[in-house]
Amino acid sequence: MTMRPTILGALAFVAVGLIAPWLPPWLVSLATIAFANALVVLGLIILWRTGLVPFGQALFYAIGAYAVALLGRYTPVRDVFVVVLAGAVAAGIVAFLIGFLLARYREIFFAMLSLAMSMILYGVLVKTETLGSTDGFHVEAGSFLGWRPQGATRNLALFWLVLAFSAAAAWLVARYFRSVAGSLTHPIRDNEIRVEFLGISVDRLIHLKLVVSGILAGIGGALAALAVQHVDPQMAYWTTSGGFVFVTILAGAGSVAAAFVGSLLFELVRSIAVTLVPGEWQMILGTALLLTILFLPEGLGSLVSRLRQKRKTAP
Amino acid sequence: MLTAFAIFSDGLVYAAYLFLVAVGLTLIFGVMKILNVTHGSFYAFGAYGAATAAGVWYDRGLNDAGGLLFMVGLAMLIGLIIGIILERGILRFVYGRDEVVVVLVTYAVFLILEDVIVLIWGPRSYTAYQPMTAAGSIDIGDLTLSNYDIGLVVLAAALAACCYWALKYTRYGRLLTVVIFDRETAAAFGVNVRVLYTVTFIIGAMLGALGGAVMAPKMSITLGIGVEVIVLAFAVVAIGGMGSIEGALIGAVLVGLARAAAVHLVPQLELFVIYAVMALVLSFRPYGLFSQVQPRKI
Repeated sequence: MTMRPTILGALAFVAVGLIAPWLPPWLVSLATIAFANALVVLGLIILWRTGLVPFGQALFYAIGAYAVALLGRYTPVRDVFVVVLAGAVAAGIVAFLIGFLLARYREIFFAMLSLAMSMILYGVLVKTETLGSTDGFHVEAGSFLGWRPQGATRNLALFWLVLAFSAAAAWLVARYFRSVAGSLTHPIRDNEIRVEFLGISVDRLIHLKLVVSGILAGIGGALAALAVQHVDPQMAYWTTSGGFVFVTILAGAGSVAAAFVGSLLFELVRSIAVTLVPGEWQMILGTALLLTILFLPEGLGSLVSRLRQKRKTAP
Repeated sequence: MLTAFAIFSDGLVYAAYLFLVAVGLTLIFGVMKILNVTHGSFYAFGAYGAATAAGVWYDRGLNDAGGLLFMVGLAMLIGLIIGIILERGILRFVYGRDEVVVVLVTYAVFLILEDVIVLIWGPRSYTAYQPMTAAGSIDIGDLTLSNYDIGLVVLAAALAACCYWALKYTRYGRLLTVVIFDRETAAAFGVNVRVLYTVTFIIGAMLGALGGAVMAPKMSITLGIGVEVIVLAFAVVAIGGMGSIEGALIGAVLVGLARAAAVHLVPQLELFVIYAVMALVLSFRPYGLFSQVQPRKI
């Protein structure tokens, strides 16, 4: 019974990977970005379950992306697996360091301080001429263990890469939620002091969550940088973080799958809205966010569990 | 010496700006425990409203001082209207929800209002420089100071004094202080907290719009001005202690001077220095300089 979601998830990832070559190329590119962002959302869900809303997750996203870009620019390292891992490590280290400050805060302070942190990076990136200032710079195409595909093949290979990372991350995060540290998320949210009385350091747990979510965001950013082949300071801007928070609310923090489905939906709706009503995108975003918070506080994912609940209680 | 004086004067002007945008935010937070992201929209609406007012007024060639009053008046009227709509139409339905959820609600409204601005004023940028040029400038030693900037500093100081007086010596202010200190006890003693919430939110909105209106002559009013303000104002408020007006004042002066010093000495650090001050203050005083002690509830 407990294995079922894992198997279903694995089957879903394999199925998506298998049909990818027959999908239209724009959908593959869109899904690549969507799943890369879903990794960031996954990190947000980890914090969200504790009652923390990081409004500056773009910090780690941008660090992951810039790590890839810088490796391509200043070193001969081109292998996608290596550069993505480098992005993850860089973001993890930064998360670990600022965790000492951030892990002491909760609620609004946590949200706004993480925002301030990402704005520091944004400020630094904008002012750094050698990194292209506001324009950013180009990211090298990279190679897959020596293989250098071009054009549509590259997009497909990249999509598979993102899928592989997503599947691994989804599996690990699902395992994390079942571990002791993961099971303590809701108790921390409900009553932190009681958790401390159990002999557990809440600050250290939150620090750990920060590092995990930072690493996930770093991987997401690195993959996005490879997909777009360009990085710019906008990646660290707070509206980018706002987008991640938005997807998290919309999808709900109920399950790992919600991150992926929500992120994909978000990118789809965005690309449709931007072509149809280019001026009103933020208004749509805001209205959807408002309606979700007011009427569906647990996110769209809760609709699924509500249905399931109904079926169970029905005779 | 000249640099030191320039840093001091620039720092004060910037501090005045920061205080003007932060005071409404800290007031709303102190009373309602809402971190109001829409504050950036109030500011933007104030600035756009002021620009429209300036256009109407100066096209007719009317006198300058009245123009500034008209700009401020129209901006604050807009603040009043949006404040009422938001508080009565949306926010009162989410009182009592998680603080973070309320932040997200205001964030959602902020996103909507950003596009409303585009719908009303279009994507082009506006200017309202007339009061600034009309005010002229004054030479002190080798330094030229704009009279308008001096006026801003005076306005900020007057506003700070006014807030202090209102909170300390008026009935409404005393009630607010009580609610800031402990909402539940205040309600138990018969303070009508709901009404205070509405009034406070509207005052906060009008203060935000005022900030936008008086800054309008100094800048190019364009899309995205609200975004910048909300992050800056938060930094100032966090340094001073959320909800504390004297904290916002001290925070504004600290950040203003630090930024002016950075601009004159190491310009690359300009954006960075504000958050550096914040991180530094918060590492020693985790909840700001003038924060209340929060009891831990089990």
